[in-house]
Amino acid sequence: MTIVQFILLGAAMFSVGLYGVLTRRNAVLILASVEVMLAAVNVNLVAFDVYLADQASTGQVFALFVIALAAAEAGIGIAIVLMIFRNRHSADVDELDLMRY
Amino acid sequence: MVASALPLLVFIQENHEEVHAGDGGTLAEFAWLIPVVPMVMAFAILFFGKFSPWKGWGMATAALGFVAVYGIVLTVVNLQDGIVTQSAIDVGQIGIFTIEWGVVVDGLSIMMFFLVGIVGFLVFVYANGYMRGDPRYTWFFASFTLFAGGMLVLVSAPNLIQLIVGWELVGVASYLLIGHYWEDLENVDAANKAFMTNKVADAALFLGAIVMAASAGTFNFAEIFERMIGGETDLATLGFWAGLLLFIGAMGKSAQFPFHVWLPDAMAGPTPVSALMHAATMVTAGVYLLARLFPFYQLPEFAGSLNTIIVIIGAITLFFMGLLAIVQDDIKRVLAYSTVSQLGYMVAAMGVGAYSAGLFHLFTHAFFKGLLFLGAGSVIHAVHSNYMKDMGGLRRYMPVTFWTFLIGTAALVGLFPFAGFWSKDEIIASAYFNATENAEAAAWFMVALSIAGAFITAFYMMRALSLTFFGTYRGTVEPHESKSIMTIPLILLAVGAAFTGLLNIPGLTSVFTGWVTTRAFPIMEHHFDAPDILLIAIVTPVVLLGLGAGWLLWGPQRELVHTTIGETDDISAPERQTTVERPTYSVPVLTPILVNKYYIDDLYMNALVRPTMGPIADATVWVDDHVIDAVPNLVALGSKQIAEAVVVIDTNAVDGVYHAAAGLTGATGRFLRLLLPGNVHQYVALSFAGVVAIVALFIIF
Repeated sequence: MTIVQFILLGAAMFSVGLYGVLTRRNAVLILASVEVMLAAVNVNLVAFDVYLADQASTGQVFALFVIALAAAEAGIGIAIVLMIFRNRHSADVDELDLMRY
Repeated sequence: MVASALPLLVFIQENHEEVHAGDGGTLAEFAWLIPVVPMVMAFAILFFGKFSPWKGWGMATAALGFVAVYGIVLTVVNLQDGIVTQSAIDVGQIGIFTIEWGVVVDGLSIMMFFLVGIVGFLVFVYANGYMRGDPRYTWFFASFTLFAGGMLVLVSAPNLIQLIVGWELVGVASYLLIGHYWEDLENVDAANKAFMTNKVADAALFLGAIVMAASAGTFNFAEIFERMIGGETDLATLGFWAGLLLFIGAMGKSAQFPFHVWLPDAMAGPTPVSALMHAATMVTAGVYLLARLFPFYQLPEFAGSLNTIIVIIGAITLFFMGLLAIVQDDIKRVLAYSTVSQLGYMVAAMGVGAYSAGLFHLFTHAFFKGLLFLGAGSVIHAVHSNYMKDMGGLRRYMPVTFWTFLIGTAALVGLFPFAGFWSKDEIIASAYFNATENAEAAAWFMVALSIAGAFITAFYMMRALSLTFFGTYRGTVEPHESKSIMTIPLILLAVGAAFTGLLNIPGLTSVFTGWVTTRAFPIMEHHFDAPDILLIAIVTPVVLLGLGAGWLLWGPQRELVHTTIGETDDISAPERQTTVERPTYSVPVLTPILVNKYYIDDLYMNALVRPTMGPIADATVWVDDHVIDAVPNLVALGSKQIAEAVVVIDTNAVDGVYHAAAGLTGATGRFLRLLLPGNVHQYVALSFAGVVAIVALFIIF
């Protein structure tokens, strides 16, 4: 098990997430894709932490922060999506162009 | 009374340290509450009165009730142990003069606390009934409380400055109250007249205070007396002028001739105001000032030589102003001239050195004149008219008012054993004593006019009594007895009018003399061991003669009945209309003079008021418009031009910078918004591309 395998896994996951964000039109799925990107970052953080054998486990601690942040982001994001859905009966992001010039 | 000057001063110097009295302890220590509570309450009523129970009446009456209770307690303690103390706090310093605020608690001020508290409390209770339905009910009680509070500030003053503050508070409150019904211009004029007349006299009061302070080096009464005993030469030199100017101030407030003109017009205010103004506050202030400074007016080295003037002014006032009451038809004006006349007695008493007699008359007068005014108010309330032509026969409709008014009348004219008998007799006896012992012409003048004044008093009071309560009712409104909230104060004041005279019976009791002579400075006056039988034998028949003459001329037997047969269709039963009139008498020369009030009001109007309001006012307006206004106008013009220049700079230069900045921002925004078509995916892709670009740059360099 080398570090390269983990980096490749992280990069693959990030790419999948990014692809999801850019192609999906349903806001819920976009949020899910963002979660995948955050998970990819977490993989990298933990992998480098173990690789560098950091005594303070900074990478793992940081990964915990990212998880907490992801939870908060998902909560708020889904709440926003819910409100939009209630008002417009749709969660399609292409239709959210009210603020456009 | 000591004839020569020097022995008296020596006597006072020897006896000065012998006045023994307690300091009143905690009770006197908190006496500063007496003026403070009504003053604070006046403002509290102003702000919160409308939301309080009884809309301010309750708060006002509570304040006066507090003063009454405190006054009674102080009086009881004073009669047992004597209280002479004063305390003050410094509020400022002007040169060598310290301005102090404090309270003096001695017999004299306690007597005034007692009087203002008790009479004020009863008048306030009565006002609840009288003022009911008034559109400015709460405002009335706010200013009424200020009136009583100002008087308490005045009488508690240990120095001339605080006295002047109280003096002016009373003046401004009286202005507000006399002009209470300001919808009628007449009442506003009356308020202005009272205020202006008082201001003329007040100018003299201020000058007097300044002369006094400049010569004695202090405003404090106690220190002035100390300087007197020390034989301060400056004070002795200027004493006459200080005394004269202060006396002129007292003449204004106490409505002495020739400053009496405001008081009868002050009847324009609501009747409770007249009652309190004539009984305990306002007009007694002048007599109080003379009493407070009595030692100063007593010593020939200082202002003693003024006494002749004081006696003559008092005597003229008591006789000639009494005469005016005979021709008045307004019942309140009859009583007003009567007050002026009685104030003449008090002032003249101060002039002949009858300190306790003058104050005793002030004390008893407060009860019976308060009573008479409240009785008149009750009548006015019932018949809706001030004029006696609309009254008559009210004895049957208003028994309580009638009997209490009768007691008040008996006390005022001086019938045995009512209050006025004892107090007036003491004044006349003092004048007579002074006249015989010192052979003073002024004192003889006063004795003669006092006895004549007693006749006049009896004469006009019998006229008023008969025209109001006897005979046939001539008004149009059905009269009724007033409510108990108005009659109970009448009854209580009637008790005072009947019995307060017993406090000072020569030879028997001298409670009142002991009360008011409890002062830090010994009061030298003649003490009567027995009633003067000779004077009583003269005065009482004179009073009875006056009453008899009044009854003879205006009694119900003099009623003129006119019967007219009205036009009617039924010839067999013609409609009879009966009108009743009271006789009017006209004496050539005398009646026109009296009706026109000796032409004094006209003289002031033509000699002072009209020129002031006419040419002088016009000239002042012209000077104001053309000379004084020119300066601010010029300044204003200059400012305007500077401002116009500034505006040009502001609109072109300063605003330009901001307009340019705003325009640039706007243009940038217009360009940038082209990049944002509103597609979320595009935004994400662009930001990701940006991140990739930054990372690429980071790696390359």
